[in-house]
Amino acid sequence: MSLFLIAALPFLGAVFPALLIRAGRNAAASSAGLTSFLALVGLLVHIPAVMRGELVTAHFDWIPGLGLNAHFMLDGLGLLFASLILGIGLLIILYARFYLSREDPMGQFFSYLLLFQGAMVGIVLSDNILLLIVFWELTSLSSFLLIGYWKHLPEGRQGARMALAVTGSGGLAMIAGMLILGNIVGSFDLSVILQNKEAIQSSPYYLPALILILLGCFTKSAQFPFHFWLPHAMAAPTPVSAYLHSATMVKAGIFLMARMWPVLSGTPEWFYIVATTGLVTMVIAAVIALMKDDLKAMLAFSTVSHLGLITMLLGFGTEIAAVTAVFHIINHATFKAALFMTAGIVDHEAHTRDIKRLGGLRHLMPLTFTIGTIAALSMAGIPPFNGFLSKEMMLEETVHTVWNHSHYLVPGLALLAAIFSAAYSFRFISHVFLGPQRDDYPTTPHDPGPGMWLSPAFLVVLVVAIGLFSKAIVGPLVAIASSAVIGSEELPYYSLKLWHGFTPALYMSIVAVIGGLVLLGLHGHLERVWNAIPRPEAKSIFDMVIGALTAVSRWFTDSVHNGVISRYAIIFVAFTVGLGYYAYSTGTIGVPTRVPLPAPIIPIIGWVCLVGATLAIMHFHRNRLLSLVLIGVVGLIVSMSFNYLSAPDLALTQISVEAVTMVLLLLSLNFMPTETPWDSPARRRWRDAAISVVAGLGTGGLIYALMMRDFAFPTISEFHLANSYKGGGGTNVVNVILVDFRGFDTFGEIIVLGIAALVIFSLTEGVLATKVRAYLLNRKPHWPQSGDAHPLMMVVVTRVMMPIALMVGAYIFFRGHNQPGGGFIAGLIVAIAFLMQYMASGFTWAAERQRFYYHATIGWGVLIAAATGLGAWFNDMPFLTSDYGYITWPPLEEFEWATAMLFDTGVFLAVLGAVMLALESLSRFAWQPGMVSEHAMDINPQRDDPVIVDHSQAKEGA
Amino acid sequence: MEALLASAVGVLTAAGIFLILRRRTFPVILGLSLLTYAVNVFLFATGRLALNAPPVLNKYEEVAYTDPLPQALVLTAIVISFGMTAVIVMIALSAYLSTKNDHIDMTAQDNVDEAGEDA
Repeated sequence: MSLFLIAALPFLGAVFPALLIRAGRNAAASSAGLTSFLALVGLLVHIPAVMRGELVTAHFDWIPGLGLNAHFMLDGLGLLFASLILGIGLLIILYARFYLSREDPMGQFFSYLLLFQGAMVGIVLSDNILLLIVFWELTSLSSFLLIGYWKHLPEGRQGARMALAVTGSGGLAMIAGMLILGNIVGSFDLSVILQNKEAIQSSPYYLPALILILLGCFTKSAQFPFHFWLPHAMAAPTPVSAYLHSATMVKAGIFLMARMWPVLSGTPEWFYIVATTGLVTMVIAAVIALMKDDLKAMLAFSTVSHLGLITMLLGFGTEIAAVTAVFHIINHATFKAALFMTAGIVDHEAHTRDIKRLGGLRHLMPLTFTIGTIAALSMAGIPPFNGFLSKEMMLEETVHTVWNHSHYLVPGLALLAAIFSAAYSFRFISHVFLGPQRDDYPTTPHDPGPGMWLSPAFLVVLVVAIGLFSKAIVGPLVAIASSAVIGSEELPYYSLKLWHGFTPALYMSIVAVIGGLVLLGLHGHLERVWNAIPRPEAKSIFDMVIGALTAVSRWFTDSVHNGVISRYAIIFVAFTVGLGYYAYSTGTIGVPTRVPLPAPIIPIIGWVCLVGATLAIMHFHRNRLLSLVLIGVVGLIVSMSFNYLSAPDLALTQISVEAVTMVLLLLSLNFMPTETPWDSPARRRWRDAAISVVAGLGTGGLIYALMMRDFAFPTISEFHLANSYKGGGGTNVVNVILVDFRGFDTFGEIIVLGIAALVIFSLTEGVLATKVRAYLLNRKPHWPQSGDAHPLMMVVVTRVMMPIALMVGAYIFFRGHNQPGGGFIAGLIVAIAFLMQYMASGFTWAAERQRFYYHATIGWGVLIAAATGLGAWFNDMPFLTSDYGYITWPPLEEFEWATAMLFDTGVFLAVLGAVMLALESLSRFAWQPGMVSEHAMDINPQRDDPVIVDHSQAKEGA
Repeated sequence: MEALLASAVGVLTAAGIFLILRRRTFPVILGLSLLTYAVNVFLFATGRLALNAPPVLNKYEEVAYTDPLPQALVLTAIVISFGMTAVIVMIALSAYLSTKNDHIDMTAQDNVDEAGEDA
């Protein structure tokens, strides 16, 4: 099975549980299980190839320009992790089906779980570090959903938020580190990076990159001092804890350290940062774990401690330590998942997981007792279980490790951690299962059905089997995974067996077990001492830090973003003017190279009108109606200047937009105050005027300087002029640019226009749903209304003009490719034709005859444009490549047909729909009862209702 | 001609900015419209001015053409600015109808009210 499919299957499968939950919980669980199973089978068929030492790959260039490629690879390390993720995932799905109660939304649970599983598989199969980061962040997000699955519990929500904050910020640091690493090597592909050890370690950026990447790993793998999120994540349902904290989420950091081991390890920096962090984490977490009464909290801290152990081993930087780390990853995943599930069973059956309230369960739950005991003994490092093997190899390694000239520090602390580890494992057994049976359990527990014990039982069988026959069962897997970590085929000598002779590690193991038993005996005393010592509480520190950060950002946001929009505007304008001045005073401008065009009398008249109208707006802007009239003058002059200056398309567009904008502004003024009151003090007005004048001078001066000089660089316009006819099949270059050369921009623009119209529509809906509706219904108009709301002449003229206007629209549209015109302008013209009907015959009359929805018109426009663009794909051309040809339909003359025309149809429909939807929405504000003009030129021969002229109603019409 | 156009752009810009700095919605909308004209003409003029040289290819004789690219950009800008104006008008209108207040600035009291809603 392709690696793409293996990584994609969980994501695809995530849809099914959510959908199938209506078919029952078994259907949802089976679909999730089947997906995981398929992915697992797909993975396992690659085993022979990986065992032969081949690298299974799948390549797809995603964004090659950024170095972001969807490259996947499967080597020994990836195989180990992927099979842990998918295999334990399968067991967890079975377990969760029976663990979750009837009230829990199970479809959601399995969907989240599969999303998470897919993200994890993606991490371990990625051959591109940018892709790896994407999956890394996905695990943070999906684990947030899983940890916060019980949304009604505040601990769940807080735990999820804390996990996201810690692992998310670590992920950010890691992105920076990965980018530095990619820059050093010059490639973001892991297979390339792993070949460049010397280049990376000799780079001056090695240390920053290392620290940043390790921040990501340490936060994810809950290393001290970032360990605090993991115990709080225990608020999740137990299947989630078992999955995230045995085999997956927290192992992602370990995986990355192992993945990067060949190029990052071996330096003193690596040793002191990684090994020390691991050692400290291992010891501290082991001590805390012994003191926890909550079963899951104890397991959480023991997980942190074991992660510290693996981190420390990777930190040693020796090959044999790396092999030990790989071996312990397998062992820890098996016994810890089993232990979590055991804790879940106890919690599920006894309704408490407080060790103080448990004890004596071995008679009530013999099966659970057996499973839990074997797993816990393995964790304690008791032979013949698998935990013993890797723990002894670890102790053996510490004996050979020198930390800052000290031969005893590392082995001593490791032994201490081992003692505590044995102690809490023994406590798990003795305080939960051993001792006298009690009669005050919240409910009387008994062994669960096979659905819940099968998964942990299977894992415990593995624990025993790996312990007894390690070489046969996991020997090859350890070998290939280790050679992937080490980065070489040749492995150091090691032996996976129970008896190594009388080595220092054996003595240390014996001391650890005896010490563990002693500590267990002293537990009561230790607990009193522990409770007497003041300790920093991680959660309150975290909450304090978050609270302080929130307060600072709230203060900053509130003081910068205080809602005074005119202040934002003036800061923006002043800053822009300042920037412009800076550019002007530091740059060089050169001498004018162009001869100015002559200015005959007509343009001068136009200039006088425009400047006069603008100044008049300044003077009369408090009279809102008058300023609208004046702004219409400005718009007209602008349209005429476009026409005069060789831009007929612009002139057509401007003048039609002008018409609809005026209608829009007049409509809105209908509901607003007609006067703008004086509310700025004179000082403020002078300040604003000064800034505006400076900005105006700057803009005018800039464009004048620009127009008086030739282009500093050759422009691409020549290309458009030369290829417009040859490539686009049209002689109107502006239209060909719009629908062909820059078709993608136009496509985006019609979408924006459509969105604007939909925003307007939904705003209207929202406002009309409030008490505003009542106000509007009882509103008295500003001005006395005309006695004849729908003047006869106007009604007749607009109806006669309708077909003519539509004809003009069609004409403008069809000539667009070769002569000024096109979809934009035609859309506006047709919209104006419709608007005339609304204005002359009334909103209701027109709306009743409206056969199609404007929403749909916009949608069809965008769809047609998109479909035209996609059509190019069928001819193996890039999106929106156009084609054209000539056809003859007798008796017509030969005419040209271009696919760009189809695209222009989309533009036409989108513009028409958007303009009409915007104006229609706005005019709905004006609707009042009694506005239906039953008789306004509305002769319907099929209807014979009597014509009653009701003047009182007609007067209120708009 | 260039001086006429440049001074017109300057006047439109100054008037537009002055109106944008007012404190009621309607003058701000007017100001945005004026500024839109100024920006569109500015963009158009970056292609340099030419008379009687529309960028429509002439099959029969060699003639000069003006720069088509700024025209294409400005054409969509005009249509988009209609959409923008319509949205702003709608927001202003909805705000006025809902609160009977057409100030664009939030007052200190508004901030307090908003914080109260958050809590």
